[in-house]
Amino acid sequence: MMPKLNASNAVAALMCAALILLPVYSAATGNIFILTLFTRITIYALAAASLNLIMGYGGMMSFGHAAYLGIGGYAVGILAAEGIGSGFIQWPVALAVSALFALLIGSLSLRTRGVYFIMITLAFAQMAYYVASALSRYGGDDGLTVYKRSDFAGLINLSDRTQFYYLCLACLFGGLYLIWRIVNSRFGLVVQGVRSNEQRMQAIGFHANRYRLVCFVIAGTICGLAGALLANNTDFVSPAVMYWTRSGDLMVMVILGGMGSLFGPVVGAIVYLLLEELLSQFTEYSGLILGPVLLLIVLFARGGIMGLLGRMRRG
Amino acid sequence: MAEALLRVDNLVRRYGGITATDNLSMEVVAGELHAIIGPNGAGKTTLISQLTGQVMPNSGTIRFAGRDVTGLPSYKRSRLGLARSFQITSLLKDFSAIDNVALAAQAHDGHSFRFWGNARKERQLRATARAALERVGLGKRADIVVSQLSHGEQRELELAVALATKPQLLLLDEPMAGLGVTESARMVALLKELRKEVTIVLVEHDMEAVFALADRITVLVYGRVIACDVPDAIRKDEEVKRAYLGEQHAVTRHG
Amino acid sequence: MYLVVEQLLNGLQFGLLLFLLAAGLTLVFGIMDFVNLAHGSLYMMGAYFAATFVAWTGSFVLGALMALGATLLLGIVLEYVALRHLYGRDHLDQVLATFGLILFFNDAVRLIWGPAGLALPLPAWLTVPVQIIPGVYYPAYRLMIIAVALAVAAMLYLVVMRTRVGMLIRAGASNREMIGALGINIKLLFTLVFGLGAALAGLAGLMQAPILTVQIGMGENILILAFVIIVIGGIGSIRGAFMAAIFVGIIDTMGRAFLPDLLRKVLSGAAASTAAPALSSMLIYLLMAIILVLRPEGLFPAAKR
Ligand SMILES: Nc1ncnc2c1ncn2[C@@H]1O[C@H](COP(=O)(O)OP(=O)(O)O)[C@@H](O)[C@H]1O
Ligand SMILES: [Mg+2]
Repeated sequence: MMPKLNASNAVAALMCAALILLPVYSAATGNIFILTLFTRITIYALAAASLNLIMGYGGMMSFGHAAYLGIGGYAVGILAAEGIGSGFIQWPVALAVSALFALLIGSLSLRTRGVYFIMITLAFAQMAYYVASALSRYGGDDGLTVYKRSDFAGLINLSDRTQFYYLCLACLFGGLYLIWRIVNSRFGLVVQGVRSNEQRMQAIGFHANRYRLVCFVIAGTICGLAGALLANNTDFVSPAVMYWTRSGDLMVMVILGGMGSLFGPVVGAIVYLLLEELLSQFTEYSGLILGPVLLLIVLFARGGIMGLLGRMRRG
Repeated sequence: MAEALLRVDNLVRRYGGITATDNLSMEVVAGELHAIIGPNGAGKTTLISQLTGQVMPNSGTIRFAGRDVTGLPSYKRSRLGLARSFQITSLLKDFSAIDNVALAAQAHDGHSFRFWGNARKERQLRATARAALERVGLGKRADIVVSQLSHGEQRELELAVALATKPQLLLLDEPMAGLGVTESARMVALLKELRKEVTIVLVEHDMEAVFALADRITVLVYGRVIACDVPDAIRKDEEVKRAYLGEQHAVTRHG
Repeated sequence: MYLVVEQLLNGLQFGLLLFLLAAGLTLVFGIMDFVNLAHGSLYMMGAYFAATFVAWTGSFVLGALMALGATLLLGIVLEYVALRHLYGRDHLDQVLATFGLILFFNDAVRLIWGPAGLALPLPAWLTVPVQIIPGVYYPAYRLMIIAVALAVAAMLYLVVMRTRVGMLIRAGASNREMIGALGINIKLLFTLVFGLGAALAGLAGLMQAPILTVQIGMGENILILAFVIIVIGGIGSIRGAFMAAIFVGIIDTMGRAFLPDLLRKVLSGAAASTAAPALSSMLIYLLMAIILVLRPEGLFPAAKR
């Protein structure tokens, strides 16, 4: 089946092309800044996409998703600080620890629903935040500097701006592809069915929470990867990446771009971070504009940007 | 006589002061169509929900196919071959009709931790789903999103979903509620077909349909069984007349 | 022993402060089904208003009263201009919109008052220690917080339990359609409730201001605590919020005060001194998580809506 040609697919295709060609533009114009900015954006887009998997498709409104950014980041940072610089060790550990954390908090949190689920995921993320603050050996409150980026035995050089950008982009595309496959798979249909009507799904024989939990763990693991990338990008990791407002940022990206749309979170991340960056060039007080913009989007553009584009097609 | 397919003993379910199921015992034997009638609030839906596991009883036991299922969650009972339709339509509203049924078929198939292949392209699931849809007369409406289907079509879809799990026992909670005359007639015709293949428990207010279809009828009032017999006997039963049939006209076709 | 009494009082004082914050939040949540993340911003605004007005007028009491009025007004304007359009919408929409408001208020404060924090000095008459039981002195100001908050709590209780408006509020919290059916001007009721919540948040902020510094982001941590409280106390329940707030206030304060010593008895000195602050900060979240794991609908689940 060919993807339908409509506004949202066109935007997604254009966006992918632009992201792929960005380093060319950056090299041609000597604009390094845009490359570093978009490196950050792709990382957050990956994190937001993973949140979208549970929020948009799974109906699980987690308010603690930034915890995995920190966990993935700390896994890299701590191993680096202990002299284990190989990415082949750091990254699998980052993913594994994120998955374990997701498994733990997921199996506890999924007993609750609605607002209570929002609150309990938030509580767990806050606990992770305070645990990180207490790691005095690894910088405590002040955070931990990562002196050397993950080493992939010469396969790829993470300190090279372009290579690192493409690595991040590949992770983003890989993550999106994975999510796309999952969403359309047997498993994905069950997860979406559970979001839509849990009672019905139980009645036809699905143990709803088991599917929810697996989905929750997958999303956490993907976000842990984003965390490992982020630590390499900033050469630094601190408890602040886990604070609840960071989780809020991720939620904003997802909702802004369009929940339950594959490319929605990517659009959301680009628009949100770009807006933040652009505004900060004109004014120190970007929130004065960004805040009301968010409010207006909620008031007038339900379904996020992708939803808006979808409606445009139908006229 | 061999053990009944479904056997309920001394089932009790209370809601606050109300005893919705009051020390209820009954049997459903394989192959029959067993109707349950009773005025609104008699506890019919509550009984069905306990049989399929949406509601847990306060006491009593439920045995299905020789197994005690009293404590099993609904998804496990479904796997054993218990399927139900809901009095208040309960479907995946934002999915297409065929997706709803295909998911039921997938549940029956039992392999849902598959993360890669496109489930909507699995021939065998789609074929099963399509057959179930054809069966209930929704073949042409397969790709319509549920929220766009008419009420009658949604009732039929409920049935198709239940059928797709290939149940041994089908529990139907007022499948004709809210249907028009022609739709009701279609449903009766369909049930006549289905009863040849599967054991059915039918909760229904439409007396004409019940007496036309049922092998046996259980009458519930205030959560208690006041009679259980073949239709002719029920028709003559004085207690039933007093308790229920007398006021039948006041209670037909209600939600 | 004196220390314990003192810390208990501190916990009570903190809990009462949290109650002021949580009361508005739980009302707005319970009645309008509205998740307001910007509630913490109103708390912050209360503190900033107070710091400003007290400096202008030179009078603590006058400045505080003006700040109270200002937050009330701010809340009403906010509700009227933006938030009332979000009632009945998805919780996530509300989260997004009010998250935007947090960004707005933080930068608005930065623009108006600058990035550095403010101090709100106390008048001399409030700084004296008061002897509460022989040998135990307690700061007058904290006693005043306790008194004011208790008075407000009592007033709230009377309003909610004894008056017509309160009856509507309670009816609204358990059954939103009902007040509509009664033909009450819901819009006005909602605006008033929101304004009341804002004023209570402002009161909490301005009373806390002299104890901590007035700074950007001060509302964010405490907002989450307030949410913890309404989740524990049962959404929409003032009484639940009151009990949960005092509980949380005392646990949090006692944890911070005594956990380090306790840990030191078990762990080595170094391990204890790193673990203690984290553990005491986490205590409340841990508590909520445990409560929710055991009781997935909160300690006092509201009647099903
Ligand atoms: N979830 C519930 N909470 C409280 N009472 C209930 C609940 N479900 C059913 N009841 C009560 O149990 C009794 C039986 O209801 P129900 O099984 O729906 O009857 P029927 O399907 O025969 O009309 C009624 O009095 C009803 O009010
Ligand atoms: Mg019923």
